[in-house]
Parts: sequence; structure tokens; C-alpha cells
Amino acid sequence: MIRRVPWALIVLVAAFLVPAVGSRYYTFLANDIVIWALFATSLNLLVGYTGLVSFGHAAYFGIGAYTTGVLMKKIGVPFLLAFPAAGLFAALAALVFGSFCVRLTRIYFAMLTLAFAQIVWAICFKWNEVTGGEQGMPEIPYPDFAWLEAAGQWLPLVGGWRTAEYFYFTSLAIVAACLWCLRRIVASPFGRMLTAIRENPERAEFIGVNVRRYELAAFVLAGAFAGLAGGLFGIFNRGVFPDFAYWSKSAEVLIMTLLGGIHTFFGPSVGAAVLILLNQQIVSYTQYWPLILGTILVVLLFAFPGGIAGTLAAAFVRLTRRLARA
Amino acid sequence: MLEVSGLAKSFGGFKAVDDVSFDVPRGAIAAIIGPNGAGKTTLFNLVTGHLRADAGRVVLKGRDVTGIAPHDLCRLGVGRSFQRQNIFPRLSVFENVQAAFVSHRGRGWSRFGRADRLYCEETSALLHAVGLDEKAGEIAGLLSHGGQKQLELGIALALEPEILLLDEPTAGMSAGETREAIALIARLARERNLTLLFTEHDMQVVFSIAQRITVLHQGRVIAAGAPEAVRRDPEVRRVYLGERN
Amino acid sequence: MPDLSFVFAQALSGLTAAMFLFLIASGLSLIFGVLRVLNFAHGTFYMLGAYAAWQLVQWLGAGGGSFWLAVLGAAAAVAVLGGLVERFLLRHLYAKDELYQLLFTYALVLVLSDVAKILWGTQQKGVARPPGLEGATSLFGATIPYYNLFIVALGLAIAVAFWYVLQRTRAGRLIRAAALDRETLGALGVNVGALYTGVFVLGSFLGGLGGALVTPVRTIVPGMDTEIIVEAFVVVVIGGLGSFWGTFLGALIYGQVLAFGILFFPRFSIFAVFALMAAVLIIRPWGLLGRPLK
Repeated sequence: MIRRVPWALIVLVAAFLVPAVGSRYYTFLANDIVIWALFATSLNLLVGYTGLVSFGHAAYFGIGAYTTGVLMKKIGVPFLLAFPAAGLFAALAALVFGSFCVRLTRIYFAMLTLAFAQIVWAICFKWNEVTGGEQGMPEIPYPDFAWLEAAGQWLPLVGGWRTAEYFYFTSLAIVAACLWCLRRIVASPFGRMLTAIRENPERAEFIGVNVRRYELAAFVLAGAFAGLAGGLFGIFNRGVFPDFAYWSKSAEVLIMTLLGGIHTFFGPSVGAAVLILLNQQIVSYTQYWPLILGTILVVLLFAFPGGIAGTLAAAFVRLTRRLARA
Repeated sequence: MLEVSGLAKSFGGFKAVDDVSFDVPRGAIAAIIGPNGAGKTTLFNLVTGHLRADAGRVVLKGRDVTGIAPHDLCRLGVGRSFQRQNIFPRLSVFENVQAAFVSHRGRGWSRFGRADRLYCEETSALLHAVGLDEKAGEIAGLLSHGGQKQLELGIALALEPEILLLDEPTAGMSAGETREAIALIARLARERNLTLLFTEHDMQVVFSIAQRITVLHQGRVIAAGAPEAVRRDPEVRRVYLGERN
Repeated sequence: MPDLSFVFAQALSGLTAAMFLFLIASGLSLIFGVLRVLNFAHGTFYMLGAYAAWQLVQWLGAGGGSFWLAVLGAAAAVAVLGGLVERFLLRHLYAKDELYQLLFTYALVLVLSDVAKILWGTQQKGVARPPGLEGATSLFGATIPYYNLFIVALGLAIAVAFWYVLQRTRAGRLIRAAALDRETLGALGVNVGALYTGVFVLGSFLGGLGGALVTPVRTIVPGMDTEIIVEAFVVVVIGGLGSFWGTFLGALIYGQVLAFGILFFPRFSIFAVFALMAAVLIIRPWGLLGRPLK
């Protein structure tokens, strides 16, 4: 019975209500969470569903952010074009990088994804003409929301919000759509083949699965969605900076994914929410957030390998079994 | 059906498989036997494309398939089970076989639709045929050894093969389990008109159902033919009796 | 055409950097070769070695031998820390997926680097060169600090000593055997657990030693750990994960690429380093002198 409750829908509706009931700060946090949720879920397509651990996923996040940033700020392309371009460029990069990466296994795969991400970072860091170099590109313009304001004249609830809030609604809608897509993908036959690869690549080969091709496809999809998340983040963050592609970003999103649980679909989203909220809370008390994060991670690794969602899911399963027997 | 000629593979200086040739006619039940380390699994890996041969050819139904990638080979009607447990451990028994159907029937790239609703009837039927229908919902990795072997058979059969390559199908089984497993395999081979090639080092099993036997020792073929002839071959007796001491 | 003394100075600068990196990367490579764990925290051990050396110098005063005592003390302290971490924490993760071990070492980075901030603050620190090695000499028209020459010599000496230990002593044979096939080793009655701890301690010692020795040359500052670990990764990848001479070779190559890269392609030197790493992984994943993993 617990499973039939449409949790995802409830959370979505609640998320839409945040600007109405909460302060600007809460909208800001919610926007942050929503974007990172997409980023983390895209990574989980690789880690949790295909069994490929990437240390360089932030490369595609960064590429997406810079693509949208450059297009919107330097060339004045509207959001409607600049945003999908983020996903497209990130996907192209993932195609090129991925075709080399999937030839390797395990630690070598991880190292190569890291190397490519650092290359992306180095380019962003040094290519002053295009990317603004070390300073990055501050002040990416918000998309033009005038049409929404206009629509708000005769549609209820649509008018009268601040730009940041319009952007939050946009992010939320986009991320919800992307997560819906990803959900469909992992439940599809293609997704099942990815899971087979994760479980036993050799066996998967011998049921007709061209493992390399599937892994590349997963890599490209994951990169595309990470790029879309990056595109949103560049605008949200009011600026695009080289550290978007730095390996510590990759580590951050990997931790979020693990924290939430790599074996459930919404685990990484949960991890994103928990980590961001925790970060905000703790940073107000102490500057030693890494210490806290590291400790949490250690506790997680030793005591709760399934992550939050995994542990909760297991607890639910036990609970429902007990209820069923009663 | 399957013709192997001159297959060879070396690892460093060690000749694992040395100029091996044999053929398996359609509908036959053939076995490759030999003591441990004789190169049986390596030979299988060469035939199925998991390893690249240094020399030799593999011809399937008149078509040269030497070195073809495993994922292409299994679409040509070859099914295989592995010596080590080779299933999808965290998926359920049902999902294991279902995945094989999904891949084999060409739906593996479809990003629409739900994987768990495809080929349910076929999967159930197959699970029934291999005797695992009661365990359909269980997690594959938690099955008993014998159960996992049955599952492997199910996965291989889901590929609708014409020839089945079984690598030590009764490894690690008790005498009773072995009898059951062999009976199941023989029955399925009859029902589905399968050609069967398997490796074993349990002699009783081999002599009970095999029609043609190839004996491997240190990577080379030392005898081949009908069971009775092989049983009486002095070289074979030396190798096996020598081994037992 | 840059003049010879300039080229020589750059080459030697690259060589010095390479020796430091070799010291640190060899610990990383050793730990990976035997334990199959890529220790992200190795850079943090390096940093802790630097801070510990600074601290010991503060306590011991500026006397003659205090620098050397501080260096050894710092390296030893880091080694002990490594041993404790391996024995009581890391060990419990061996049975689990590699990812867990990697993330654990990353968690260590987070925790230990903040501990360093708590203990020593964020101000830059430095240590004076030890008496006897201050000053510089002139070689081929370039000014070469004595300390740098010392480091190059020390690096070579340690490389040779290391090689000797690995090839000629029983401990070394055990280490090499464990790198090849640890299961068999366990079956032969060797206490693999103690071996692992020992290797981790040795690797950490090398990392801490590197950190302690670098204090007169580089400022001690938070963030030096993440900077060095990426460099160490590049070195072991180029040379070959788990290969001793590979690490040496990788460090040499890296040092020269960086030294001359900065000269000729200043904007692309960091790019070049990672491009080199990627190229090695693509063409020959197990590095120049490494062996394919099982």
C-alpha cells in the first residue's frame, strides 16, 4: 500500500509550492537541490544501473554550463535554444570521450574519465577568450520571462513572481521532465540490458548484448543529462566557473549519489537534497563542513552501504512483510 | 553443424590448446573430456569467441565464425553455459531469463515500454521446462548451486539455440543432482532438436549420453570417436589411470 | 634559442620536482600494487608530513640536526597514522566493492585536511633550509640551490634502496608476490593482513617523508594535498600502476614535461599533463612499465 502512494507526484507538487510558502532563501535552496538531483541521477545511470563508476562526470556538467553561458551571454542566444544546446554539446563530448573510456575497465575507466574531466577543466581554466579563463563568466542573464508575465494576465497563479522564482519553476519543470525521461529509460528494455551488464558483463555478452556499445550509449545519455543540469546551474549560480568541471565536483556528485543510494531511482535525488540541506545547516555553525561530510561518508560506508534510500527501502520491505504476515 | 579445425592458443610459452580439430554433426550429442587443465574451457572460449585463437578455424553451419564476438555468435544459434556461475546475481530468476529473451528478440535497444512486461509467457514456459517455476521470484544469486546451473540452462535456451555448448554442466554436483541434471539436458535436447556439445570430467555422465567423444590431454586431441572405442583406447586409459594415481 | 644554462636550470628544476613526486608517488604506487587501493588520502598524508615537520621544527628549535629529526619524526608520525587507519578502518572494507574503498580514502581527505586546518590554521607556513644546505652553487652557468641537488641525490638513493629491498630481501619478495597473487600467498601461510598493514605504513611513510622534505622549497598551505594527489595520479598512470621503476620513469617524464611545458606552452602546460595521462590510458592503460591487471 505504501508503494501505491504517488510519492513522486506529491513531492513535485510540494516543490512547486515552495516559493509561495517559503522565503527567497528556501526557493534558492530548492532550486539548488533540484538541479543537483538531475546531475546525480544522470550519474547514477552509469554507476547504479550500468555499473560504471565515473570520476569525471563533472566534465559534462561544466560543458553544459559553459555552452549555455557562452551562448546566452556572449552571443545573446535565447534560453530556448541555448539550453538544449547544453545537452547536445555535453552529449557530443561524452560520445568522444566515452568511446575511449568504455574500452577500459574498472580502475582504468575511472582514471580516464578523471583525465578527460581535468582536460575539460584545464581548457576552461586557460581559454580566456571563450570561457573567461580563471575568472569564469559571471552574470549569465536569466531567460526572458516576459511572456510568462504576460500569460499571467489571464492565467491564475502564473503572474506576479520574481525572476528568480520564474527560473525556479522553469528548472523544476525541466528537471521533472528529465527525471521522467530517465525513469522511462531505466525501466525500458534498454535499461534492463544495462542492468544485465552491471550484474555480469560476460554473461550479457553471451545473451547478445554488445556491451561496449551499450556502455557508450549509457555514457552519452548520462553526459547529456548532466549537461542539461549544468546549463541550468550556470544560470542559477549567476555565473559559470572552471571549477564546475574540477574533479572535486565529480566527487561531490558521486557522494550525493552514494548517500542517497545507487540502487533506487530516486536515491540520488534524496542524497542531493540531504547533502545540500545538511551543508547549509552546518556551514552556518562551522567552517569545517568537509570534516562533517567526511565523517558522514565514513559512517555511510561502514554502516549504511545502501545509502539513505536503500536503507529506507529495505526497512520498508521488512515492514510490509511483517504487516502482510500479521 | 559445428566444425573446428586446427585451433591453437598459447599463453606466453604455455600451449593451452594445440592443433585441436573435431566436428559435431547436427543433432548429435558430443562430449569433450580430459583431465583438469587439459584445455577444455580454453577450447570452449576459443569456439565461442571469448578468446582469440592464435590459429585454426571454427565453422558453424558452413559459415566461418572464427573469432566472431560473443554477442554476435549467440545470434547465430549458439547457446552457452559457463563453468563458473554465470548468471545475473541480483536479478530474480524470472528477470534473468526474461533479459535473455529481451536481448535475443531484438528489443534490447528499445527505450520505450517496460522491460518487466515483455515475454512473460515465454519466460514462464521456459522456467517450467527447466524446473525452476517455483523459484521464479527468487534472487538468482541466492539459489543453490544446482539451481543456478538450471538457471544458466534456462538463459541459454532463451536464445533459441540450435547448438548448445555446456561447460562442465555438472561441476560441483552430487551424484543424484548429476543424474537429474543430465536427464534434464538430454530431454531438452531431444525436445528441441538441439545439437549438444559439452565438457565433463565425470566419466559416467559422459558415457551415459554422449554419442561422440573427443579426448583432450594437455591441449591436444589424443582420441576421438564413439564411446566404446574411446573407452578401450590405450592412450586414454593411460592418461586417466595415470591421473588417478 | 634559449641558452644552455637556462635549459639546464629548467631541466634540473624538473628533475627536482620529479624526485619529490617520485617519493610521493612511489608510496601511492606501492599501496595500489599490493592492496589494489588507490589511496586518495596519500596527498593528505604528504600534507600532514609537511605540517608535522614544521611543528617539530618549532618544538625542537633551530639547532643543527633539528631539521633532520623533524623530517624523520614527521614521516614516522604519518606512517603510524597510516597504520592505524589501515588496521582499524580500511581493513573492514576489503571485502566490499572497490568503490567503497576509494570513497573511504576520499572521506579521509576531507576529514584529515580539515583536521590540519584546525590544528595549524590556514596561514602559509615555511621551514628554513637546514644548515649546510643553504645557498646555491653554479653549474653550467645556472644557479642551483644545494638543497635541490640534495633532493635529487636523495631521490636516487631511495630509488636504489627501494629497488634493493624489493629484489633482494624477503620482505621485498613477499611484497612482490602479494602484488601478483595475494590469495595464493595467504594459502601459503603468510600473514597477509600484517603484510597489508606493513605496506600501507611504508607507503604512508614515503608520502609523509616527501611532505616533510618539501617544506624548505614549497610553502605549506591548505590545498597542497589535492594539488599533489592529482600530480601523483598522473605519474603512476604514466609509469604504470604498481610498477616501481614505472613510477620513477613517470615522475621524470612528468617533471620535464611540466618544466619545459611551462616555458614553451605556458597556457597549455596543465592541459598537456592531463592529455598525456589520457593518451597513456588510451594507448597503453597499464602504463609504460606496468603490467595488465588480472
